[in-house]
Amino acid sequence: MLHFELVTPEHLVRSEDVYMVVVPGSEGDFGVLAHHAPLMSTIRDGNLVIHREEKGTPETIRIEGGFAEVNERGLTILAERAE
Amino acid sequence: MASLKALKIRIGSVKSTQKITKAMKMVAAAKLRRAQEAAVAGRPYAERLERVMASLAARITVSASSPKLLAGTGKDDRHLLIVATSERGLAGAFNSNIVRAAKRKAEALIAEGKQVHFFVVGKKGRVLKRFFPTLIAGDHDMSGIKSVAFADAQKVADEVVRRYEAGEFDVAHLFYARFQSALVQEPVGRQIIPVAIDTSAEAAPASSAAVEYEPDEESILADLLPRNIAIQIFGALLENAASEQGSRMTAMDNATRNAGDMINRLTIQYNRTRQAAITTELVEIISGAEAL
Repeated sequence: MLHFELVTPEHLVRSEDVYMVVVPGSEGDFGVLAHHAPLMSTIRDGNLVIHREEKGTPETIRIEGGFAEVNERGLTILAERAE
Repeated sequence: MASLKALKIRIGSVKSTQKITKAMKMVAAAKLRRAQEAAVAGRPYAERLERVMASLAARITVSASSPKLLAGTGKDDRHLLIVATSERGLAGAFNSNIVRAAKRKAEALIAEGKQVHFFVVGKKGRVLKRFFPTLIAGDHDMSGIKSVAFADAQKVADEVVRRYEAGEFDVAHLFYARFQSALVQEPVGRQIIPVAIDTSAEAAPASSAAVEYEPDEESILADLLPRNIAIQIFGALLENAASEQGSRMTAMDNATRNAGDMINRLTIQYNRTRQAAITTELVEIISGAEAL
């Protein structure tokens, strides 16, 4: 499982273990699964798609202005706004 | 000696003052808790951003082509002091402490021959106009804002960055009160532009891992720098909100206690006066009866 955190300046929106997250990167969307290689990317305003399980309906969160970091601890998204 | 009636009115008025200060203290206590929670909730973002910036900054070398927010303008002549204060008074020495810290810094800079301008956030900082009538470069109105949102800090940051990019100043300092406890709030001033990044702590582990950057390190950093300023201002505003309520709570607690002391003193005086009046009346009646 991938540890996923979504943080806004106002609070920690999500901190959970998920199957996959599709991030709207500034140079194109990318999906992050567990054991993804370390990556840093800016993101464009768009929808973050969270697949909690391999099969199942994904959840969509709209995020604006931010930054994604993948390291050995998981995926962290810093967004200015998240709904 | 004051008349009985005057004393009674006086006691009544002090009592109603006490009721107000007591209510304000309780409101401040409730708001303080919320402000503290907001300050704590804002911490994870700031910490992570700081970490990312440190690891990025460790990987690039600062040169003349680096983003100006990081490298500076190469000069140190014009300073902008951003002074964050509250919208409301009756918070003890909260606002005057911040203003005093900013004023002291400004005087020191002017003595060194630097140019100083102020950018005031919140109504109470406008008293700086009294000391430096020509140096107020702008202000940001926070009235009508119940709890500080990131968008407010963003607006201030955008304005500051815009002025920086227009070449209005070389160095920016931010003044606010750091919240330590409900009793202690320390006014602090620190430099926010050019961004000072502490690369010592996180540099080693970050550079060892092969991290992919999308786009390259420098563009990411350029994107993050203005965000970092917004987040620092946001952090300061949150700390300020907590400090303001803490300071008000303490001030109103003192005021309530002082009002209590005053009521006691006035009550004693009232009783003494009443006793004296009765004694005088008795003496008059007795001496009147004896004369018959």
